[in-house]
Amino acid sequence: MVQTRTAARSTIPAPDKISVVLTVNGAETQLNVAPWTTLLDALRDHLNLTGTKKGCDHGQCGACTVLVDGRRINSCLTLAVMKDGAKVTTIEGLATNGSLHAVQQAFIDHDAFQCGYCTPGQICSAVGLMAEGKAKTADEIRELMSGNICRCGAYPNIVAAIQQAMEKS
Amino acid sequence: MINFEYARANDVADAVRQITADPTAKFIAGGTNLIDLMKEDVERPSRLIDISRLPLNKVEETTDGGVRIGALVPNSDLAYHPLIEQRYPLLASALLAGASQQLRNMASTGGNLLQRTRCYYFYDTATPCNKRQPGSGCSAINGLNRMHAILGTSEACIATHPSDMCVGLAALNAKVHVTGPAGERIIALSDFHRLPGTTPQFDTTLRPDEIVTAVEIPAQGFARNYSYLKIRDRLSYAFALVSVAAALELEGDTIKDARLALGGVAHKPWRNTAAESALTGQKANDVAFGRAADLLLRDAKGFTHNAFKIDLARRTIIRALTQAAQGTPQSQSNKKIR
Repeated sequence: MVQTRTAARSTIPAPDKISVVLTVNGAETQLNVAPWTTLLDALRDHLNLTGTKKGCDHGQCGACTVLVDGRRINSCLTLAVMKDGAKVTTIEGLATNGSLHAVQQAFIDHDAFQCGYCTPGQICSAVGLMAEGKAKTADEIRELMSGNICRCGAYPNIVAAIQQAMEKS
Repeated sequence: MINFEYARANDVADAVRQITADPTAKFIAGGTNLIDLMKEDVERPSRLIDISRLPLNKVEETTDGGVRIGALVPNSDLAYHPLIEQRYPLLASALLAGASQQLRNMASTGGNLLQRTRCYYFYDTATPCNKRQPGSGCSAINGLNRMHAILGTSEACIATHPSDMCVGLAALNAKVHVTGPAGERIIALSDFHRLPGTTPQFDTTLRPDEIVTAVEIPAQGFARNYSYLKIRDRLSYAFALVSVAAALELEGDTIKDARLALGGVAHKPWRNTAAESALTGQKANDVAFGRAADLLLRDAKGFTHNAFKIDLARRTIIRALTQAAQGTPQSQSNKKIR
C-alpha cells in the first residue's frame, strides 16, 4: 500500500467566524465568514450574488472573475477575510440605473456567448481590461483575455464585442 | 479546503515573530498558488499569516542605478512599471509571458519566487511524490513526464520550477532580500532556488522562519538586446515546455556580454556561465549561438516523454539569441515567432 501522507489532517477546531466588511456593488455589507471562505463563496453563498460563477475553482478558467478595488482578479483564489474593507464589483453591479454597461450591451450585440456560463467572468474581465488600458489591437485583447476560457468557443465574437465597447468608451 | 486560523502581520518583524512562534503556519500574500494547493490538500498550514497589507509594495531606484522591488508588488504592476518597461524590458516580457492578467493582478513578487512546481504528481495526493512526502518515491520518473526537467534532475525528483519571472530575474543577476529572527540577509537569485538532490521537499534556500522582503536588480538591464521566448502547448496562459531569457551587450556585431537563463527545464531557473562566457568576444551569429546551446545542454538528459525538450531547448536558445541580437524581442501579444 502506498503511504502518501505523514501529516495528519489539520485538527484545528473551527475558529470563530471573522467579521468582514465588503462594499459590494456600492453597498457596504458586513458578513461573518470562516477564514477558509473564498471571496467567490462569500459572494455566492453568503450574499446570494450567484452571477459570479464557480467554474474550475482553481484559477484556471476565469469564470469567477470580479473587480476588487477596480482590478480584475480570480475570486476563487482569494479569501474573503483578506479583502476586508475592499470594494467589490460583480456582474450584478455593472448596469447603472437600469441600463446595461457598454460591455454587457456589446456582448448582446455580437452574440458573444453560447451557454453563457463564462460570460459574467468574461464581462468583468473585459471591464478590467478596459480600465487597464493596455490592449489596443485584437492580438492584445486576445492575449490579455486569455485568463477567461470559453468552452463553447465564442472567442471571435467576444473579441468583437470588446472592440465595440472600447470604441464606444 | 482544510480548516485553519487566520492572522494578520502588523510589520515585517511581527511577521517573523508569528512564523517563528508557529512552524506549521504559512505566509499568504497573493494566494494564487497557496490557496490552490490548500484546496488540493497538498499544503495544510494550521494558520495563515496575512502579509498582504505590509508596506512592501514599492519599486524604487537604488543608489547604484538598479531597482529594488518590494516583495508585495503585484506581477502586473511590476510588468507595467515605467522603470521596468524602460530599463528591464526582459523582466517585463517574462512577467507578461506568465499566467493571466487576473492572476498577475493578485500574484506578488515574493510569492512568484516561492511558487511550487506544477508536476501533476505533486498535486495528486493519491500518488507518491518525494517533494510532497519525502521518501515516498517519484511518480514522474517512470510516469507521465512530458513537462519535466532535463537538467539537474535527481533520482528523487524531476520537477521543474514553473516561474517565468524568475527566469528573467536570473538572467539579470537579481538578489533576494530576506529577513529572519537573526536579521536580514541577501541571497543571489541563482542560489535562492536549488536542485532537488535527495531533498526535493526544499524548493529554495529560504529558511522556514524567514520572509522575502524585496528583490533587487543591478543596473545592467540589457534593454537594447534581449528576448524572452517561451514555447508552450498553447499560445497563452500555459506553463513553459522551454523558455529562454536571452540578453546581449553588443559592440557592432561582437558580443561583449551575454546572459542566458532557461525555464521549464530544471528545478530552478537554469544558468550556465560557461555557455555565456563562450559567447563573449564572438560574432553574434548562429554558429556562436549553437555552440553556446550545445555547451548549456551538454549534460541534458531526457525521460520517456520529454526528450524532445533537448532539441527544442537548443532551437529556442538560438532563436532567442537571434531575436536579442537583432533587437527584435519576442512580442508577448502577437506570438508569431520571427
